[in-house]
Amino acid sequence: MEIRSEVSDFGATAYIRGEIDHHNAKEAREALDSIIARMRPQSFRLDLSGVSFCDSSGLGLVMGRMRKCNEIGSTLILQNPSEAALRMLSIAGMDKIIKIERGV
Amino acid sequence: MRDKTVNMMKLEFFAKSANEAFARSAVASFAAQCDPSVSAVADIKTAVSEAVTNSIVHGYSDISDKSECPIYIVCKLLESKRLIIKIKDRGRGIEDIDKAMQPLFTTDTDGERSGMGFTVMQSFCDGIKVCSKVGKGTTVTLEKRLDCR
Ligand SMILES: Nc1ncnc2c1ncn2[C@@H]1O[C@H](COP(=O)(O)OP(=O)(O)OP(=O)(O)O)[C@@H](O)[C@H]1O
Ligand SMILES: [Mg+2]
Repeated sequence: MEIRSEVSDFGATAYIRGEIDHHNAKEAREALDSIIARMRPQSFRLDLSGVSFCDSSGLGLVMGRMRKCNEIGSTLILQNPSEAALRMLSIAGMDKIIKIERGV
Repeated sequence: MRDKTVNMMKLEFFAKSANEAFARSAVASFAAQCDPSVSAVADIKTAVSEAVTNSIVHGYSDISDKSECPIYIVCKLLESKRLIIKIKDRGRGIEDIDKAMQPLFTTDTDGERSGMGFTVMQSFCDGIKVCSKVGKGTTVTLEKRLDCR
């Protein structure tokens, strides 16, 4: 798993590539939380287009970051979720409660 | 008529999170001999990942020496092209299995778990059975049809 981030006038974007499971969720959590805490972006985009595998640990990761963003008045937006990521999100009904942007 | 076992494999490994990827890939490789669809392989990987992660996160949560925390996987390939995957730990066990299997139920307290693991296993497999005894351990048996091409 690999995380890359980018900052613009609109906020911050983090790109996750590879497999999200319990083993690497901790590293992802730390990386994302440090971006959220440091940048305090108005909107925080999480690009999931490069996610090749995702289990429920990925759901926990997204839910936890949504809470972190809410706490500081920021909005979490999921960007271009891969099939693997979207499948997990829809099982939990999270595709209905989190803003998802496609084709960006 | 009895459904004959045409192939079998067993794994045993420590309950270390580094083994999560190993376990799901190993089971997927075993299933590959049936030439399953890409989506069936993805389903198997995800379901195995859920069960193994549960053993690591919940089953053995109170034991720090992971060399005392074995996880066992037995895979059987039946003549009917069904894959039976048994994932077993000797951990703390589950008190109320029905409750544990409900969507969104979790005993996790740090808010980083969604309580969707069992729901994922159920929706990605054709069958699931959970046997557990408090203080003894948990066995999850998953069934997946591989002839759905
Ligand atoms: N092998 C196990 N040993 C002991 N308890 C378990 C085991 N597997 C599951 N449980 C219990 O069942 C509950 C539900 O499991 P489930 O996988 O559905 O959700 P979770 O692991 O809490 O969250 P998620 O899988 O979404 O990260 C767990 O919170 C835990 O209490
Ligand atoms: Mg789980």
